[in-house]
Amino acid sequence: MYSQKVMEHFTNPRNVGEIPDADGIGEVGNTQCGDVMRIYLDIENDIIKDIKFKTFGCGAAVATSSMVTEMVKGKTIAEALEISNQAVAEALGGLPPQKMHCSNLAADAVHAAIKDYLDKRNKG
Amino acid sequence: MRRVYLDHSATTPVDREVADLMMVYFTEKYGNPSSIHSFGREARHALEEARSQVAGLLGAKPEEITFTSGGTEADNLAILGLAEARQEKGRHLIVSAIEHHAVLDTVKYLEKAGFALTVLPVNSAGIVELDEVIKSLRPDTILVSVMHANNEVGSIQPVAEIGRIVREHGAAFHIDAVQTFGKIPVNVEELKADLLTISAHKIYGPKGVGALYVRKGVRISPLMHGGGQEKKRRSGTENTPAIIGFGKACELAVQRMTEEAERVKKLRDTLLTGIVESIKYVKVNGPQGDLRLPNNVNVSIEFVEGESLLLSLDMLGIAASSGSACTSGSLDPSHVLLAMGLPHEIAHGSLRFTLGRQNTEEDVAYVLEHLPKIVERLRKISPLYDQFNKTK
Ligand SMILES: Cc1ncc(COP(=O)(O)O)c(C=O)c1O
Ligand code: FES
Repeated sequence: MYSQKVMEHFTNPRNVGEIPDADGIGEVGNTQCGDVMRIYLDIENDIIKDIKFKTFGCGAAVATSSMVTEMVKGKTIAEALEISNQAVAEALGGLPPQKMHCSNLAADAVHAAIKDYLDKRNKG
Repeated sequence: MRRVYLDHSATTPVDREVADLMMVYFTEKYGNPSSIHSFGREARHALEEARSQVAGLLGAKPEEITFTSGGTEADNLAILGLAEARQEKGRHLIVSAIEHHAVLDTVKYLEKAGFALTVLPVNSAGIVELDEVIKSLRPDTILVSVMHANNEVGSIQPVAEIGRIVREHGAAFHIDAVQTFGKIPVNVEELKADLLTISAHKIYGPKGVGALYVRKGVRISPLMHGGGQEKKRRSGTENTPAIIGFGKACELAVQRMTEEAERVKKLRDTLLTGIVESIKYVKVNGPQGDLRLPNNVNVSIEFVEGESLLLSLDMLGIAASSGSACTSGSLDPSHVLLAMGLPHEIAHGSLRFTLGRQNTEEDVAYVLEHLPKIVERLRKISPLYDQFNKTK
């Protein structure tokens, strides 16, 4: 059902964990099936220095979380905001059609974390 | 790699003896049982013997058995066939909320066509309560359909008591006995069944064959029209190799049932107790003890998701199933777990192991060795587990 790449990320997910005192935290949930993804960002000079995630969901949800963290690490926040759900799914060699909605979580969570960072910065 | 099959409620391997016998009816005794020549007669003879074997295991008469293409067709034939035959008498149907989709979707189809439908709730153990049956019966009720045991949580229903109530009322009673047939005694007289569904591939027979028991005197309309086979109840040249294999599987089930149920029950209890003792925050789904199918283990492991569990188990060669929304094409969690009142999050982490003939204590030990590690790994990446630990 899943590509090798998906299974590889599911088995050895990259960047799992939390960042204490993260600069931005994004949490998104999937109302459709009840999954949750949380992303932590460490940002310096608008560059994503470090990123960690925690995900509750299916294999595709875990793999897309892992993939998105690899894709945005070291990128500027502007670049990270450009990354789409579609791009994450493609980077994994595609997802089964009924699992496309899971990939929506990944990029959305990153975008939410960046927004959180920007909101905090603007306030403070 | 070690492979451990623990999904026997989904399907079972065909017994070698069954497969060998079937092969003869594919390649040597291939006659059409409706033909009058010797080729046809030998096929007919074996077909009727299979019918007697199936009937024997049910305590029915051979002429009360109609072979079908499986449990799904038998459920459809029972419900659609009876509804069509009795629609002049009434148009109200009653089913339980935890029926297999072969029943649920069929009555919902009839509901769209103008029939009235009552869906009976179940208690938290997944069992229909008699009061609910009594309350829901109406003068125009023509059919009540309640499964013998549920395929997901293994809850055994009080079908004999329900059967008595339904018979007194005058409606027909259908039982989907796909999950109990061959595992625990199923007797159509004791259960007061008018219609009863069974399937071969859950009892070490082939896929694509099943049967409907139709009590003598109960009229149903056919779904298939044509050559008039199976006493006009099911037209189409009989799938003789499969039916004969089904008969053989019944014969083997009779010989092994009591001993096998005891053996498997021990494994079930070891597995269930082992899981509960080695993993924190686990909830057992379905009843405990004798109200549970001897081969069924169903637990919800909190803060992890079922498909992730299945994938992780599969990488170790372990085959199981889950009622998680993520494993269903519709992305809804199991209707059975929801009917039992489980919140979505708990249904999400559900995991079912169903034991069978070839499973051993080593298989159970293998699962108990690996499952706690898998859960630990998945909880490490679960934001829900984090949250729980912070707020506790
Ligand atoms: C309770 C129940 N009813 C019906 C069926 C359908 O049987 P079949 O697969 O033979 O169509 C199944 C099997 O999945 C079942 O578990
Ligand atoms: S997270 Fe539920 S289907 Fe992917």
